[in-house]
Amino acid sequence: MKTKVTTFIIMLIFWTIMSGMFDAFHYSLGILSCALVAFFSSDLLFPDEGKPWIKELFGMICYLPYLMWQIILANLQVTYIVLHPRMLEKIDPHLFRFETSLKRPISKVAMAQSITLTPGTITVNIHDNQIAVYALTKEAAAGLPGEMERQVAKALEID
Amino acid sequence: MTIAISIFLLLGLFFFTVGVIGILRFPDFYSRLHAAGKSDSLAAVLVVIAVALYNLQDFSVGNLLVSIKILLIAVFIYVASPTATHAITKTALVIGVIPWSKGDKKS
Repeated sequence: MKTKVTTFIIMLIFWTIMSGMFDAFHYSLGILSCALVAFFSSDLLFPDEGKPWIKELFGMICYLPYLMWQIILANLQVTYIVLHPRMLEKIDPHLFRFETSLKRPISKVAMAQSITLTPGTITVNIHDNQIAVYALTKEAAAGLPGEMERQVAKALEID
Repeated sequence: MTIAISIFLLLGLFFFTVGVIGILRFPDFYSRLHAAGKSDSLAAVLVVIAVALYNLQDFSVGNLLVSIKILLIAVFIYVASPTATHAITKTALVIGVIPWSKGDKKS
């Protein structure tokens, strides 16, 4: 019941942002459809296992500034390489694998997406605990898993 | 306000330009993907922020809602772009596109 009400509230906020119409007719339509969606599929948004979702959301919000900062840093690095006159000497593309200690699927996905978002590295595959990464330079590869894995673990893992 | 918008827009354009130069200069398929997928992560978001700010110049509830929608585009980019890059890279590896390694000639 609690999850259904929460889903309904989230849906309604989203609907209000998306619609922008506040007259009685449109709003009642919105409430009706949000209630239907919340009734039928609230279990998609809040699966039973896992951290309480409010903690998960909070962890994600704490993680975002770190991710943004990493993206900016890495973007500057790639910009430097791209504009370097002897670019071919600077880059050294190679594939490598590392073991991750993350357990939950969602934190593995968050880790993979973060790696791909930060320039210089692309996640190629995740198999069990092995993450295959395609890195543009040695320096980009050296930072992994390291700090990013700790941050993801802090945000999403159950301890 | 106009100055802030211009700064965001110009920075975004700068990183997009770098992305394009990267696509042209890098030696093989995979490193080009690096350049292509990366301009998304910072440049597109900077441009989106600039557009949202521009839209907010005369403030009203309607404009605020439109700006929030524009920022939601950035959220979508952040989810979709790495997924697409990952799918393309994996497919390329599976069908056997040979990566460039140090010492090869530029193809």
